[in-house]
Amino acid sequence: MIKTQERIIEKLLLISALFTILTTVLIIIVLSYEAVIFFSDVSIIDFFTDTQWTPLFDEKHFGILPLLTGTLMTTLVAMSIALPVGLSIAIYLNEYSNKRFRAIVKPALELLAAVPTVIYGFFALVIVTPFLQMFIPNLAGFSSLSAGIVMGIMIIPYVSSLSEDALFAVPKSLREAAYGMGSTRFQTVFKVTLPAASSGVIVAVILAISRAIGETMIVAIAAGQQPRLTLNPLVPIETITAYIVQVSLGDVPHNSLEYRTIFAAGITLFVFTFILNNISFWLRKKYREKYD
Amino acid sequence: MKENKKDNTESEIPYLITVQNLNAFYSDFQALKNINLNIKPFTVMAFIGPSGCGKSTLIRIFNRMNDYIDGFRIEGNVIISGEDIYSKTVHTENLRKQVGMVFQKPNPFPKSIFDNVAYGLKIQGIKDKKFIEERVEKSLKQVVLWDEVKDNLKKNAYGLSGGQQQRLCIARTLAVEPSIVLMDEPTSALDPISTAKIEDLIFELKNKYTIVIVTHNMQQAARISDQTAFFYLGEMIEVGKTQQIFTNPKQKRTENYISGHFG
Ligand SMILES: Nc1ncnc2c1ncn2[C@@H]1O[C@H](COP(=O)(O)OP(=O)(O)O)[C@@H](O)[C@H]1O
Ligand SMILES: [Mg+2]
Repeated sequence: MIKTQERIIEKLLLISALFTILTTVLIIIVLSYEAVIFFSDVSIIDFFTDTQWTPLFDEKHFGILPLLTGTLMTTLVAMSIALPVGLSIAIYLNEYSNKRFRAIVKPALELLAAVPTVIYGFFALVIVTPFLQMFIPNLAGFSSLSAGIVMGIMIIPYVSSLSEDALFAVPKSLREAAYGMGSTRFQTVFKVTLPAASSGVIVAVILAISRAIGETMIVAIAAGQQPRLTLNPLVPIETITAYIVQVSLGDVPHNSLEYRTIFAAGITLFVFTFILNNISFWLRKKYREKYD
Repeated sequence: MKENKKDNTESEIPYLITVQNLNAFYSDFQALKNINLNIKPFTVMAFIGPSGCGKSTLIRIFNRMNDYIDGFRIEGNVIISGEDIYSKTVHTENLRKQVGMVFQKPNPFPKSIFDNVAYGLKIQGIKDKKFIEERVEKSLKQVVLWDEVKDNLKKNAYGLSGGQQQRLCIARTLAVEPSIVLMDEPTSALDPISTAKIEDLIFELKNKYTIVIVTHNMQQAARISDQTAFFYLGEMIEVGKTQQIFTNPKQKRTENYISGHFG
């Protein structure tokens, strides 16, 4: 009786595991299928070299570069906030703060990740942008700067919590060695603990980048919908994700070339995050072995 | 280090470490009870006693390594080189350059062999490359590791065997030329051959350093130390010349421990 029960449970677990794999495979197949059709109409060379992305206009251009730089810019701005702040928090919590402070701050930080991203988007639009405009008058109403800053705030807990785990995993004996040699707290952190945790911190950063690249709502609301090849953070741009939203929600007829652009854009996005996640997976495996 | 002579008449006595009426507490728990102890320079002092009797607590007081434990506090005086190391004017960083420590498990930094030994000099702000190189070589020679690693100084220290790692840690400690080296069961994680090498080393080192060593191994204490202190349940039961402690202990409890009747 118990045996058959166990066997049923085992089978159920197996089925759900297979189901997950199947879903992933199906997504990849659909993406690739649609992308293949797309690239039979549009040269892949144009796709990667054309500097304009205007599939919805009369004069059509299919250059992904503007969407890529848009994605890159918002990610860059986000990481330049999330990395220093997140890492500082991780170091402070792990090496300086007392247990009680840590017990309060950690869950509070994780709340940042729990806020719906649509709220961040509005926050960028109605608070951050007007505020920044007081100092930067030529900042447009939509920009990679505002969207990136707010996205950076959202990503802080990703960086801080994973970095903190990495710092926490550094054996106490290493800290003792550092202090025993007469290191100050600062020297212990920056010459011993942080280097020892570096691969873990890199994993945190890569996952945060991956999260930033894939973030949709904030950039769709606050970064604009104007694909343009620029490194200027003050003007409206469009990210890959925002473009996909724009077309998915718009009235572009399905099965048209215009509609298929989202699969081409989607597979580009997928390849990027896939590579990043694999690097972090590989690094994590590597550093887990280090102290065993 | 000089001006602290005030009411301390005993500063004339050539003891390097003096412990007076020392009590130590982890929150409410008293780990050391009224310890009085003197250690002469250029000797090896061994702490023995059953597990949990306070040996590590005491040795870690000498470089204030217990400062990081919440609720730890002491009463009494610990004087090293004439200075009360728990007075407010003492910087633990400076104290630890004078009082080095080797731990139970080898704990090299995940850096190259060279950088491990150079670490202490670098954090002191020493930049002179030649000086650092010479000091690294000298320290590695002192621990008889130089010939084994001289062609691999750039390699990560984690590639060394446990015994080599522990000698590297000793070299790292010696590189800043402390006057005292504390060792808390430095060979308990090592094989007999590595243990023998480190024991030989300790014997050599006492010409230049004062060594305080905690050991579980009574033969080891008998082989390498000049003085032995026996601890039991936070009290120092007996201290004296090693030979006397092992052949003719004054206290019954010391005799029982040494003859293996408990602990
Ligand atoms: N961090 C700590 N917090 C509370 N009690 C401790 C701590 N470290 C050691 N003790 C207690 O203090 C006593 C002495 O410990 P220790 O000095 O490590 O003994 P030994 O090194 O002789 O084995 C033990 O009873 C131990 O449980
Ligand atoms: Mg101990």
